[in-house]
Amino acid sequence: MALQGMDGAAARALRRDHSRAERRRRLQAIGLVAPLFLFLLFTFVGPIADMLRRSVVDTDLAAIWPRTAAAMHAWDGAGLPPDSAFNALGEDIRDSADAGRVAVAAQRLNYPILGGRSLVMGMARLAGALDGKPPPQGWKAAFLDADPSWGNRDTWVAIRRASGPVTDYFLLNALDLRKDAAGHLHHAPDGIFLSILWRTFSVSGLVTLFALLLGYPLAYVMSHSSRRVAGILTLFVLLPFWTSLLVRTAAWIVLLQDQGIVNKALIAIGLIDHPVRLMFNRVGVVVAMVHVLLPFMVLPLAAVMRGIRPETVRAARSLGAPPWTAFRRIYVPQTMPGVGAGVLLVFISAIGYYITPALVGGADDQMLSYFIAFYTNETVNWGLASALAVVLLGATAVLSMVYARVVSGRGALVG
Amino acid sequence: MSARAGMPLTPVERVGAVALGAFAVLVALFLIAPLLAILPLSLSNGEFLVYPIRGLSLRWFDTFFHSERWATAIRNSFFIGSLAAVLATALGTLAAVGLARATFRGRRFVTAVLLSPLIVPIVIYAVGLYFFFARVGLTQTYTGIILAHAALGSPFVVVTVGASLANFDFNLMRAAAGLGASPLHAFRRVMLPIVLPGVVTGALFAFAASFDEVVTVIFLAAPQQRTIPREMFSGIRENISPIIAAASAAMIATAIVLVIAVHWLRRRSLRGRLPT
Amino acid sequence: MNTRLTILLGSTLALGLALGLAGAAQARELTVVSWGGAYQKAQNEVYFAPFKAAGNKMIDESWDGGVGVLRAKVQGGNAGWDVVQVESDELQLGCEEGLYETLDFSKIGGKDAYIPDAVNKCGVGAILYDFVLGYDKDKIAAANAPKGWADFFDTTKYPGKRALRLGAKTNLEIALMADGVAPADVYNVLKTPAGVDRAFKKLDTIKKDLVFWKSGAQPPQFLASGEVVMTSVYNGRIDAANHDDHRNFGIVWNQALYTLDSWVILKGSPNTAEAYKFLDFVGQAKNQAKLPNFIAYGVTNKAATPLIDPKRLPDLPTAPDNIKNAIPISTAFWLENNDRLTERFNKWAAQN
Repeated sequence: MALQGMDGAAARALRRDHSRAERRRRLQAIGLVAPLFLFLLFTFVGPIADMLRRSVVDTDLAAIWPRTAAAMHAWDGAGLPPDSAFNALGEDIRDSADAGRVAVAAQRLNYPILGGRSLVMGMARLAGALDGKPPPQGWKAAFLDADPSWGNRDTWVAIRRASGPVTDYFLLNALDLRKDAAGHLHHAPDGIFLSILWRTFSVSGLVTLFALLLGYPLAYVMSHSSRRVAGILTLFVLLPFWTSLLVRTAAWIVLLQDQGIVNKALIAIGLIDHPVRLMFNRVGVVVAMVHVLLPFMVLPLAAVMRGIRPETVRAARSLGAPPWTAFRRIYVPQTMPGVGAGVLLVFISAIGYYITPALVGGADDQMLSYFIAFYTNETVNWGLASALAVVLLGATAVLSMVYARVVSGRGALVG
Repeated sequence: MSARAGMPLTPVERVGAVALGAFAVLVALFLIAPLLAILPLSLSNGEFLVYPIRGLSLRWFDTFFHSERWATAIRNSFFIGSLAAVLATALGTLAAVGLARATFRGRRFVTAVLLSPLIVPIVIYAVGLYFFFARVGLTQTYTGIILAHAALGSPFVVVTVGASLANFDFNLMRAAAGLGASPLHAFRRVMLPIVLPGVVTGALFAFAASFDEVVTVIFLAAPQQRTIPREMFSGIRENISPIIAAASAAMIATAIVLVIAVHWLRRRSLRGRLPT
Repeated sequence: MNTRLTILLGSTLALGLALGLAGAAQARELTVVSWGGAYQKAQNEVYFAPFKAAGNKMIDESWDGGVGVLRAKVQGGNAGWDVVQVESDELQLGCEEGLYETLDFSKIGGKDAYIPDAVNKCGVGAILYDFVLGYDKDKIAAANAPKGWADFFDTTKYPGKRALRLGAKTNLEIALMADGVAPADVYNVLKTPAGVDRAFKKLDTIKKDLVFWKSGAQPPQFLASGEVVMTSVYNGRIDAANHDDHRNFGIVWNQALYTLDSWVILKGSPNTAEAYKFLDFVGQAKNQAKLPNFIAYGVTNKAATPLIDPKRLPDLPTAPDNIKNAIPISTAFWLENNDRLTERFNKWAAQN
């Protein structure tokens, strides 16, 4: 050992020095990483976590109707709630209407109750006409006169479940599940999200498959031809890669619309006599997405293929293997890390796609991301948007872990 | 065209090689053709984005560069893109150096967090910011969009600078310090020359990421903060005219500049690394 | 050299900064939101540009409608919009929910200046217009011209795609009229669950031939690019495409759906003073009277109608020939049912 000639104290001192230097280096490293880490915690991780919280935390209704929420928590859920609950709701509706906040509560009840918004707003109109006095016939009778649905236990169970502080309604809804008044789970017959989840995966799968079929040969030729040819092909891959997604999507509209270049060319060569529908449907979405994502397949593939030594295939050939067998048995297995990386990279990107399907797809081609944006921006169902985000992010996280395993030790992330 | 150079090809193999080459060329054309298809329309004098072009004119370029709406968008894109790139590059370079400097507990987790903006679906991020920034008063501000884009661009810097540090010998830094150089001086004279191509490449990636980003802008930007892609998005949805082609031509030109810059930097960094 | 690189990088950044800072005035200007395309272009000519020329600062945006969008804006604290043009049920619903400021008519010329339909607690009417059936006369011969919504659903006589607005409103009425319901009875039928089912069933028959538009600018583009043979469309957009782009599009006025759009000020707008100034400007008869020259919509200031170029009158939705067999879109019905039916419609549309 190096320390053999020294006495114990000197060796200890040296070791101490060494570990002190080691610690200092570690602290330096942490200090250097910390700014970006904290920055991302504030601007990236935090906001996303905050949003996901909305899929289970449900305090809007309780904040606007505190008396009702208290009455609902006290109610045992059997039969109709006591008259005091009707009174609490009546006063809450009246006061929240005066404060201009009843619409938010009405909206929350509109999710679980068909026509829930009209139910509440109708009651608010009625309460507004009372000049702050309780209705002559009493709140319960007033409710039942206004709409028989108020005498329905399901209505009250829905209010109770919406009284917070947490709910499973949105997450169940995102999986097309409903809880009936008795608490049993049912498949919702009008649910669309499972089919949209399936659509998201099947479109992404199709896009990934085509990207692999087109990308593998291109990457092969790129990696094993003369520098000049390889350079030109690389340029053809990199230029779209660096070009704005919006430009590429617009370009596909020019190509695919009914009077677009593809249709005109097909008509000109006599293959068809009427324009074929290529846009606002699945065909357009898949074609445009393959185009946008193909570089993410080609670049990692080419990176791996360039590292494959041609001698291995040559050796197999000289041992008598036919060309196809040599390729399949010797070459392809060596490219598998690239295939894995490319496939996962394309698939992970594809399941989060929003812009391209929104612009070249039809109403029945939209994927999960579209509905997350839709429920955020166009209807105010933020709980459902968050629940759908949980589903999408979960899928992405699982796939990313697989990806990390596949490319572990490789820097192939950005080609 | 074949990997099996040096071994005579059988006729079947030759046909196969030619077919393979032809297929690769077709795929390459598939990649480039859409960009070529949209360019001529920028010179159309019509109102709609369709062929045939009835007459030529530069009116759409004129609109693109001179109308208030698009001129603002061009300014916004460059402004947001450069500031986001500066922020991402500064933070990303420090972090990449830190990650290369030493291992520490939780390094894998930290790396995963630093790279997560590459993976998280953009809509989820945009919706998250939409709520979060509303609470802290950052929606409809340049600051908010710049912060968002810096977050999205930072992983590119971490990756490119990390790659250029892969072969860096930190003993050089220690040697410099031993010779009396301050840490900053040592960084500037010893490390920076080696990582600079990586830093600049990362900055360009970060700029391009911001320059192309539209979803967070949709959710966060006030009308006067709209960028080129944002205007293109509404243009395509609402009123698709050759202005989209003119904007596309400008965006493709920017992309060409970026491709050349990155290529040049790559060659530089490869050359710079040869002696080591 | 590294110095060269540094200089290059530095100057690029400096350029970006300079370019950006030049236009980075942070205070938010009055933001006016309308329906985009040819209509907003006309508004720009008649209202926005002159308003700006008079020394006022404003910026215009477009949207595709939906009271949910306004709810999200106001509740999310992300408004960013000040003055918005809304459809009649969005006006009522949003007003009830407190999404808009209560309008002070004394600041915009008084209630008496406007036609009665245009006066509302939260909004002031902007235009009168029709949803009509639009088609390309170059593609469908005059002898064969469609006469009503029944032809819209006739895929054998008129093969090809057709476009409807994404949403329940207008489409359910259209489906019922196509199914033989007399225009006057449409809402009576639609009030019943069976009537709604009947409308959806009728829509089912052409689902595979349907595409949807979201913004009003899309239908004329779909016609121009040959994407569709027929579409539901705002009458003014057809007129504008014929004038501005020399198209030969036709309008079927029979069974048209007419309605009124209004301006509102979003709750919490930091620019209410400017907003009133704007609404006063666009409410004045002399300004309104110019609008029909650019797009064929009726206007709401009583004194404006006599000032309109008489040559334009036959093109307007208010012309006797045009309004004769048209029905008003029922605000009361959609106020009650829009959320529910639109949700059903969107699910219907999102399924394969």
